[in-house]
Amino acid sequence: MPSSVMPTSRRNDGHAPPPAISAVALRKSYGDKTVLDGIDLHIPAGSVFALLGPNGAGKTTAVKILTTLISADGGQAQVAGHDVAEHPDGVRGAIGVTGQFSAVDGLITGEENMLLMADLHLMSKREARQVTAELLARFDLTEAATKPASTYSGGMKRRLDIAMTLVGTPRIIFLDEPTTGLDPRSRHNMWGIIRELVADGVTVFLTTQYLEEADELADRIAVLNDGKIAAEGSADQLKRMIPGGHVRLRFTDPTAYQAAASALTEAARSDEALALQIPSDGSQRELRSLLDWLDAAGIEADEVALHTPDLDDVFFALTGSDKPKETVR
Amino acid sequence: MSSRTAPAHPGRTTLALRNSSTMLRRNLLHMRRYPSMTLQLLLTPVMLLLLFVYLFGDVMSAGIGGGGADRSAYIAYLVPGILLMTIGGTTIGTAVSVSMDMTEGIVARFRTMRIHRGSILIGHVVGSVLQCLFSVVFVGAIGVAIGFRSTGATVLEWLAAFGLLALFALALTWIAVGMGLVSPTPEAAGNNAMPLIFLPLISSAFVPVGNMPGWFQPIAEYQPFTPTIETLRGLLLGTEIGTNGWIALAWCLGLAALGYFWSKSTFERDPK
Repeated sequence: MPSSVMPTSRRNDGHAPPPAISAVALRKSYGDKTVLDGIDLHIPAGSVFALLGPNGAGKTTAVKILTTLISADGGQAQVAGHDVAEHPDGVRGAIGVTGQFSAVDGLITGEENMLLMADLHLMSKREARQVTAELLARFDLTEAATKPASTYSGGMKRRLDIAMTLVGTPRIIFLDEPTTGLDPRSRHNMWGIIRELVADGVTVFLTTQYLEEADELADRIAVLNDGKIAAEGSADQLKRMIPGGHVRLRFTDPTAYQAAASALTEAARSDEALALQIPSDGSQRELRSLLDWLDAAGIEADEVALHTPDLDDVFFALTGSDKPKETVR
Repeated sequence: MSSRTAPAHPGRTTLALRNSSTMLRRNLLHMRRYPSMTLQLLLTPVMLLLLFVYLFGDVMSAGIGGGGADRSAYIAYLVPGILLMTIGGTTIGTAVSVSMDMTEGIVARFRTMRIHRGSILIGHVVGSVLQCLFSVVFVGAIGVAIGFRSTGATVLEWLAAFGLLALFALALTWIAVGMGLVSPTPEAAGNNAMPLIFLPLISSAFVPVGNMPGWFQPIAEYQPFTPTIETLRGLLLGTEIGTNGWIALAWCLGLAALGYFWSKSTFERDPK
């Protein structure tokens, strides 16, 4: 790492290793629409960070700034020890980016796409062939290698995209919604791929609108809403931030529902669904006492479901119930 | 770090050359894989050549010469203009393919890589000029097949003609690249670049400017195709070039410079 880093990164000296990605008060607006309204990030090397948010929250804009594709209006960001505005080439030399829209050349074959990347990384012919063969095999694309990339399925295109990103062995990888539009099987494949990357010691910056995905993959999650980070922490920390564990009783008979509702005053009612939600920590003891009480009161629900708080609850609690406006660009 | 990739960072020039040649190879590969686009763009000049020679040839030559019909004289008159029109048509394809590149994700990928930025455009420009020259040779061969002869031109004049064609191709290519960069879609790029193939229709390619209505003559006279066509005619057929040579050269250099700076500033702006 060069010695000409900004003074702000010095405070880490002698304490923790410098972060792979850091940002302070990052801002960006298009016209009078503020897309990023002061974002702070601190992502340690070798970790997986998920930026979670609904469509139009500013996730892609954040990735574009950190990958030197566009410039920020305010604030500072450093990636791999280089300031994104001052030394974009230093940043580019350390990162790999797989954007939201497939960045493969559809007119040429998968193999030619890989060789193109190797060539741009100034590899020798022999090295290029070796790396290409290796990565195509790793991503299960050997068979399709000589077919034009435009004929690939969504999952294959995404795998080729990541394979191309890995040609330069980047230390930091940005994945902008890597599983959006993939079928469940391809999504699980992609998760496996991302876990392998992490095992190699790579830092992964991931954006997603799927809470399950962030929960599965990320060490730390930041919830981005309306250009601001609404909350940040591990999945467990975020889940602890809000209450939300409950037992849900569902009825088919309105009279039974009414009777139960008037008996269980602490329950939250959902009249259209004929359902009651009783706060609970989900422990065996609490569950048994509730069921005993229901029996004693002669209340018979048609369905009993236990709900522990998940990231969905956190997400909806943090981002508000109304859906953000979709932006048209 | 992995052991497999640790290329020492070469100087800017080496990087520019190596990356540009990679990008050029990519564009040539596109052309080779999808020759239909190139051939489609050749259709207009070839059709017009055959149409004007075989259908209108007698009338045109009689009208221009003021005497009897002489089809072979008209072939000689027509071919230089058709060759330059071929270049105009080919560069429409350049505008479309640049726009296609920009609207797809691949250029965003290139922009986040540590490569020479200009190489993306240089690859397109060099590829387009080569494609133009290939097309000119193809259309020229058809011209020769139907009776075009460049009798009396010296080797030097041949070389100068070739150089002029290449320079003209470079100039129109840079303009086309600029058009491709500012167009929101490949379709729009194709439409925006249409003047490149329409301008020759209102130049001295088909009839001498002197035979056009008086009010229209300045339009035909003061545009890049007319002086370039006259210069090419002079080089291939030995007609009078006069000041046309310098005017053509000025047009080519001016358009190339304009297209270059326009493209550069557009490309360096933040992508949407």
